Amino acid sequence: MFLNSFRSAAGTVRKINKKYSTPHMKMTPAVKFSLGLLRFYLLFLVGILVYKFIVTLHK
Amino acid sequence: MNVLSKLFYKYKKILKVVKLYLLIAGPGIIVMVADNDAGGITTYTATGAQYGYHLIWFLILLGPVAYYVQEMTVRLGAVTKRGHAEAIFHSFGAFWGWFSLLDLVLVDWLTMITEFIGMTAALSIFGVPPVVTVIASCLLMGTMVIQGRYWTWEKAALVFCAVNLIYIPAAFMIHPPIEKVLHGSLVPQLPPGGFTNELFFLLMANIGTTIAPWMVFFQQSAVVDKNMQEKDMVWGKFDTGVGALLTVVVAAGCVVLTGTLLPGQNISDAATAAARFMGINKYVGTFLAIGLFDAGFLGAICISLASSWAFGEVFGWAHSLNHKVKEAPWFYAYYFFVLALAGTVVLIPRAPLVLITLFVQVIAVTLLPAALVFLILLLNDEETMGAHKNTWFQNFANVSIVAMIILVSTLYGISALFPKILGG
Repeated sequence: MFLNSFRSAAGTVRKINKKYSTPHMKMTPAVKFSLGLLRFYLLFLVGILVYKFIVTLHK
Repeated sequence: MNVLSKLFYKYKKILKVVKLYLLIAGPGIIVMVADNDAGGITTYTATGAQYGYHLIWFLILLGPVAYYVQEMTVRLGAVTKRGHAEAIFHSFGAFWGWFSLLDLVLVDWLTMITEFIGMTAALSIFGVPPVVTVIASCLLMGTMVIQGRYWTWEKAALVFCAVNLIYIPAAFMIHPPIEKVLHGSLVPQLPPGGFTNELFFLLMANIGTTIAPWMVFFQQSAVVDKNMQEKDMVWGKFDTGVGALLTVVVAAGCVVLTGTLLPGQNISDAATAAARFMGINKYVGTFLAIGLFDAGFLGAICISLASSWAFGEVFGWAHSLNHKVKEAPWFYAYYFFVLALAGTVVLIPRAPLVLITLFVQVIAVTLLPAALVFLILLLNDEETMGAHKNTWFQNFANVSIVAMIILVSTLYGISALFPKILGG
């Protein structure tokens, strides 16, 4: 029962991934730059969160 | 006779315009007034208590900021007929889509908990046990959605928006010094003591409450669910402008209340302010408590819908309030699941509610920049927006605002994680 639900959910996610596999936005240099900057920003934030987590653990 | 007929014609014309506006009014006012949620009211009461009327001008400046961001969602929703989550999946692919959706779900759920904290704290002033508040609120929120009509939900939500204006008569009831209030509203100034770290933190908190990630997702989905067309966009923008005006007036009302009655006091939350008001002026205390409950309630109904709409759009479920429960079972199941889960956390004894509130600020910082950057990129895509793409001026205004919001919300998130980093 649980396994079936899990398989069904995984199937739905696969379908969604396939449906949206290609971005429809025209990837101009400005768009590419913005998305790259966003990735960098998010990595920076994740880094800070991980650092805070480690510092809190060692307190 | 000719003058009379002209006057009558003008009267009929104005009446027609008002009727048309009333038909289209809704998403803009609701999202803007709900922006003054439990967290927002807490921030405004703390601002007033700490700095009196000196920062009202700053709150007024935040009105146009909120308008410019939310106006973009009106255009995007009306032109593409897609909610923000679906628009991100469609335009930027699955990676950014999943990131935004899962982040939104987490932020919304955590924010919902803070709304329930506000609601239970507000009604506890009247002796209502938290469990009763949570159950009654969930039932009321459920009743608003299950009747299967967007129109009914919207009009009920507008009634709660009207209750949120309770801070305005409350502010007049305490007879504040009008000259000082006007001076604080119209003349940009720093409070006595100058620019300190505490002031900077409070300014960041005020900006942080002005634009939240759920607002972008909510209004765009609401515009789609309401079936707003491109020709209605002018009214959608006007509606957003009216909402921005109301949100600023309510925020100023809160500041005037605490600035007049609790000057110089350290207020940690709005419920504490309401309890202290009870000792000074019973009616004003009651108004503030009712307003706080209403703020939490409005926030909760909008946030839970923002998540449900987003999930429905991406998973392809029927996801309109115009559907009956039988027609959109997953949409409503998710809506009730989020409500019940958030309400239950508040009732857990010794739940880390302070930590959750802190977490909201930090997680929101990861989603807000992404949502706003996607918004700007989509609004500049000619294929998507056609004639309604951003103009040069709109880009200048929106990019400046978004850059400022990203900078400030990042600093706010970091200072929430590391309180001493700004020297506080």
